[in-house]
Amino acid sequence: MEVTAQGMPYEAWKDNEYIEKLVKELQDNGTNVIVGSLDKLINWGRSNSIWPLTFATSCCGIEFVSLGAARYDMARFGWEVARASPRQADFMMVAGTIVHRMVPVFRRLYDQLAEPKYVIACGSCAISGGPFKKSYHVAMGIEDIVPVDVFIPGCPPRPEAMIYGIMQLSRKIKVEKFFGGVNRQEKQEEFLKAHPID
Amino acid sequence: MVNIQEKISKLFPEATFEAGDVMRVTVPDAQWHDFAKTLRDDEELSFDFLVTIVGMDWKENGLGCIYYLTSTKHNTHISVKVMATGDRQQPFIHSIADLWAIAVIFEREVYDFFGIIFINNPDMRRLFLNIDWKGFPLRKDYNDDPNINPVSIENERQTDFTDMWVEEADGKVVKKERRIFAEDDFVVNIGPQHPATHGVLRFRTAVDGEIIKKIDIYLGYIHRGVEKICEGLTYPQTLHFMDRLDYFSAHPYHHCLCMAIEEAAGIQISRRAQVIRVLMDELSRIASHCLFIGTYCMDLGATTMLFYTLRVREQILDIMERTCGARMTFNYDCIGGVMQDLHPDFVKDVHALLDVIPKNIAEYNKVFTGNVIAKNRMENVGVLTREDAISWAVTGPNGRGSGWACDVRKCNPYSIYSELEFDEVVRTEGDSMARFKVRVEEMVQSARIIAQLIDNIPEGEYCVKVPKVIKLPVGHWFKTVEGCRGTFGVYLESDGTANPYRLKIAPPCLPASAVVDHITEGQKIADLITIGGSLDYIVPDIDR
Repeated sequence: MEVTAQGMPYEAWKDNEYIEKLVKELQDNGTNVIVGSLDKLINWGRSNSIWPLTFATSCCGIEFVSLGAARYDMARFGWEVARASPRQADFMMVAGTIVHRMVPVFRRLYDQLAEPKYVIACGSCAISGGPFKKSYHVAMGIEDIVPVDVFIPGCPPRPEAMIYGIMQLSRKIKVEKFFGGVNRQEKQEEFLKAHPID
Repeated sequence: MVNIQEKISKLFPEATFEAGDVMRVTVPDAQWHDFAKTLRDDEELSFDFLVTIVGMDWKENGLGCIYYLTSTKHNTHISVKVMATGDRQQPFIHSIADLWAIAVIFEREVYDFFGIIFINNPDMRRLFLNIDWKGFPLRKDYNDDPNINPVSIENERQTDFTDMWVEEADGKVVKKERRIFAEDDFVVNIGPQHPATHGVLRFRTAVDGEIIKKIDIYLGYIHRGVEKICEGLTYPQTLHFMDRLDYFSAHPYHHCLCMAIEEAAGIQISRRAQVIRVLMDELSRIASHCLFIGTYCMDLGATTMLFYTLRVREQILDIMERTCGARMTFNYDCIGGVMQDLHPDFVKDVHALLDVIPKNIAEYNKVFTGNVIAKNRMENVGVLTREDAISWAVTGPNGRGSGWACDVRKCNPYSIYSELEFDEVVRTEGDSMARFKVRVEEMVQSARIIAQLIDNIPEGEYCVKVPKVIKLPVGHWFKTVEGCRGTFGVYLESDGTANPYRLKIAPPCLPASAVVDHITEGQKIADLITIGGSLDYIVPDIDR
C-alpha cells in the first residue's frame, strides 16, 4: 500500500521504509472489514486536519509564524487552527530549546494533550541540544522527556521543511489503527488499572 | 566640561583610576553606596543611566562587579569596579537598588550567576535558575556535572518568600525573610505557555478584581547559559550565539561583538564591509519592526495586519537569504568584515523593497493606526515617564516613546552612522501608542539610511585577512550598538588566550520586561497584553 499525502508522488518521499513497516504491522494483525473501513475514513479526516498547539520557545517559533502567514500558508493543508490550549490540539510542535526549568511545564503540556497525540521535534535544539550542547541548563533532546514522532532538522528549519515534517506526520496518522489502537477510549480501563484512584 | 577624574578624587581620595575605552574607577565596597549616590545626584556628574552590572570571578583575586554608567545629560561614560568583601562562601556588596530601579533585577542576575549577595536589595532571589539549583554557574570553579543538577520532570519548588540581607549596627549581615505579595493577595499565573507573552515568560500577577496590584516576573524558561558556553569557545565560535539571542537583531548583535573583538585585536575593516554591515543592520530593523507590528496587532485582535506586515518581512528575508544563505540565523558578520560578498542582485532587490515600503506603511496606518479601536486600546495605556524610563534603563524604541533620546547611533555613533542623515524618532507621550508609532517611524528612517547607501557601496574587499587563531591582548572592552529593541552591550575580558575570560551580554529586553511591573500597576488586566506587546521583548534575549 502506497501511503502519500497532499497528492505528492510516493517516490518523492523519504523514510518510506518506516511507513511500510507500519503498514505491514497493520496488515499482519488483521482487522475486521467494517472496522478497517471506518478506520480508513476517520484517519482520512484526522490526517487532513491536524491542529497544532501554539507552543514556541525560541527562533523556530518565528518560522512557525511565517508558516502560518500568507506566503507558506499552512491553511492549505488544514493545520492552520493553532490552539492555545493543549486540550484542543492534536500535536505539539516543539519549536525551540527546552531548558531545565521548562521541562516540567513542557511535560505537563504534553500530558494535557488529548489522545491520540503527536509530538514533532523541530530544530536542532529540540532534537539534541543543538548549539547549546555544552550548556549547563539545556535538556539534550526532548526524546528523554516525551515520545517523538517526527524530527525536523535545521537551525531553524525552513518553513518548507516544517511543511514536509507535518506531512510525514499526516502519513503516519493515515496508517494507524484507530479503533482499538490509538483511540484513547478503548484504553480507559487499562489506564485506570494502572493509575488507581484512592 | 568638568574633569570627572579630578572631581571624583577630590571627593573620594581612596578611588583609583584606570584608563581604557571607558574610564574605570575602583572603590572599596564600604564607600560604594555613597559613591554611587554622588555619581547619580551630582549636577556635574549626573550618571543617571545604569547600563549594566557585570559580575566577575577573578579566581584567587576574589569576586566583584563592574558597573557601567552613562550620563544622559552630558553623554559621558564611566565604569566602577567594586570588589566583594567576605569569603567565597558568602561574598557581599552593598546594593544600589534604592538609586536605580533596574538594579534590583541586575543584582539578582549577578547573585544567580556568581552568588554575590547584595546587602539591602529587597529581593535577593535567583533570577533564572531553580530555587534548589546547586552552585553558581558562572564561577570559574563551578562543577557542571549533569548529575548534580539533573533534568527533572517534577514541578520545581515554589515559594512566596524572598530574602533580604541587612547590615546590623555591629556590622553583622543577617538574612530576613520577606513576602513577595501581601498575605491575602489573589495571585494569577500568566505564562509560561501563553500566546500573548511572546515566548516562555511568566508573570505572577496579584490582582484586585480586574486591577493589577503587582507583577512578579519569573524568568529562566529559556535560559541557555550562552555566557558560560562562550568562555569555552574561541572568538569566531562565540559569534554565532548572537544570532540566537534576539533572532530579529541578529545582524546588529553580530556587529557589536565583531566591533569589540576587532577593536581589541586592532583590526581595521574595509569601508565596503562597514557599508554592508550598516545596510544589513537597517534591513533587519525594518524586518523586525514589521514583525512587531504584525504580532502586536494580532494580540489586539487585528489578525489581518500580520499578513500585511509579513509580506514586507518575507521580501527582506529573501534579500538576506540570497546574500547570507539563511532566513534567520545568518552568521554573516565575521571578524574582519562579512562572511561573503553581496549577491549580484542585491542592489536591484533592495531598490524593489524601497519602492514598496512607503506604500506599505501608508497601508498599515490606514488599516490600524488611525482605527478607533486601536486608539482606545493603546492611547494612555501603560504610560512610562522619561525619568522612569532612565531609572529602569528602558532603551530603544520604548525609551524613545517616553521622550528619552537614547539612540546609540546618534549619541555614540559607531561604524559609519555619523556620516549618515537620519532623524532620531522621539515621542513624548510615553504610552503604548507612542511606542508603536516610534517603530513605524523608525522603519521610514531605516529606509532613508538604506537609500543613501545602496547606490554608493564602495568597491573593495569584503573581509580583511585576519589570523587563523585570534588571540586578544589582556584587557577589557565594552561596546554598545543600537539593536532593534534598544541598547545592546557586550563586555569582553581577555586574559591573553584564544578564549574569552568573560563575555557578558547586556540585552535590551531584560529591562523592558522588568518594567512591566512598574507600568501595569493599577491598570486593568486586559491592558497587560497591550503593554507587554508594546514593549516588544524577546524572551531568549532576556534569558540568554
